Amino acid sequence: MSTTYTRLELLRMLRNRRFFIFSLGFPVVLYYLIAGPNKHNDDLGGSGISAPVYYMVGLVAFGAMTAVLSAGARISAERSTGWNRQLRITPLTTRDYFRTKVLTGYAAACATILVMYVAGATLGVSLPARNWIEMTGLILVGLVPFAAGAIAMGHLVSVDSIGPAMGGTTAVLAFLGGTWFPITGDGVFATVAKCLPSYWLVQAGHVGLGGSAWGRTGWLVVAAWTVALTALAARAYRRDTGRF
Amino acid sequence: MRTAVAPEAVGGIRLTGLAKTFPSPQGPVRAVRGIDLDIAPGETVALLGPNGAGKSTTIEMLLGLTRPDAGTVSVFGLSPERSVDEGNVGAMLQTGSLIRDLSVGELVTMIASLYPKPLAVDDALELAGIGSLAGRRTQKLSGGETQRARFAVAIVADPDLLVLDEPTVAMDVESRRAFWSAMRAFVARDKTVLFATHYLEEADAYADRVVLMASGAIVADGPPTEIKAMVGSRRIRATLPGADRALLAALPGVTDVDLRGEAISLVCSDSDLALRALLEASPDVRDIEVTGAGLEEAFVQLTHEDSEAEAA
Repeated sequence: MSTTYTRLELLRMLRNRRFFIFSLGFPVVLYYLIAGPNKHNDDLGGSGISAPVYYMVGLVAFGAMTAVLSAGARISAERSTGWNRQLRITPLTTRDYFRTKVLTGYAAACATILVMYVAGATLGVSLPARNWIEMTGLILVGLVPFAAGAIAMGHLVSVDSIGPAMGGTTAVLAFLGGTWFPITGDGVFATVAKCLPSYWLVQAGHVGLGGSAWGRTGWLVVAAWTVALTALAARAYRRDTGRF
Repeated sequence: MRTAVAPEAVGGIRLTGLAKTFPSPQGPVRAVRGIDLDIAPGETVALLGPNGAGKSTTIEMLLGLTRPDAGTVSVFGLSPERSVDEGNVGAMLQTGSLIRDLSVGELVTMIASLYPKPLAVDDALELAGIGSLAGRRTQKLSGGETQRARFAVAIVADPDLLVLDEPTVAMDVESRRAFWSAMRAFVARDKTVLFATHYLEEADAYADRVVLMASGAIVADGPPTEIKAMVGSRRIRATLPGADRALLAALPGVTDVDLRGEAISLVCSDSDLALRALLEASPDVRDIEVTGAGLEEAFVQLTHEDSEAEAA
């Protein structure tokens, strides 16, 4: 795999202003607006964790979802300009192409995570090192289905509609996943939420409570979405390029 | 499934019985109808034809971007996909823009990094005539500069086969000239080149050999002078009362006569000579109009002759 290719793709991302606005700026601003006034709430809506921790992870979920899904927007844009065809007549393999796109999305997500952790610390979030690491690990795993979804969307959605499609998807998943308020109880809403990968991203914030933040259900849901979206991505890619 | 390779075709490019049909709302379109073509290493071949002749589809099959319905493609003895993987092929497709947020130098570096034995990036830029634009962002290039940056992307692999699909379309005269001198500099390195164009002058000036395509078939194949004589004719139209077909056909430089009452139409291999002779022979000729017969017209004529020959 060409490290130069990956390095220059990362550079392109850093030069893109939208990345800083939507993946970094948005979550931080929203975090201070929402969590700031509730700084001293130690048990947000019965979630068992404080408002600064809850919203820190909630907005990490939002920003990191946006970051990883934006890989799909880049794929769609390269399809529409014909750049992907130019790449197909180079020795770059499809696997390495997707690997680089996903890696770029993950790099953006890591930047979001880091910035949000710093923002969290300024509102008094303080966790043992072990918890920070476990939480970060769960978030990175929880983003895998989104990476597959990004590749699928990149091949299914045209460049004109991919902006609204991604924005809409992220907004709905963030809302149902509990980014804006804790989802508790056993109602229909909570049941639906627990079937979504975004819910488990937000749940990664529960690492400090002892026991696992995810439990068996979390791992199952994330694995199921990964399998389903990977299959969809493979199908979309084949239909789009006529390749096998 | 990979495209099968004819085993004997090592060394050059060989297309055998290549055919492709696309579905469309108006029914299937036979874009390429079973063409055979051999290109020797080191040849520069122009694929000349009007829009819709099947040039781009042929090129896409040659590059492995489109799977043929029938026939085989061999590029230096390998399938197109293998040849691309080995880094033997560089191409400039008809449509396609550059990705943004990189400088021209960074973009060409990115592509060079994918190949086993690329040119130095500076050399590729220099050959493409854009050495001075290395630091400029791709989204800030003019149309002609973009085409030359795309050319640099195509040649940085130092490919043995270079394929260009209508590279100068939408370029002004100046950019076109600069582009072709860049192409010549690259070809001087003993490369095989196939370029598609619908400009007869480009085919004539830059190719060793011209392959004429129309309606998905090859209608002529030969050195540029031969093809030029076939399609480069002019037409004299005029009004001439009492025109005599035999007399007109006997004029020097006239190859074909069409008569409709007083309206005459002469296809000429040398319109200057024919016009002088016409004025001398028939002083009352009026409403004279000389036009280049044009490729489209020449193609219609050629393919028409073809289908007549088939019918006969």
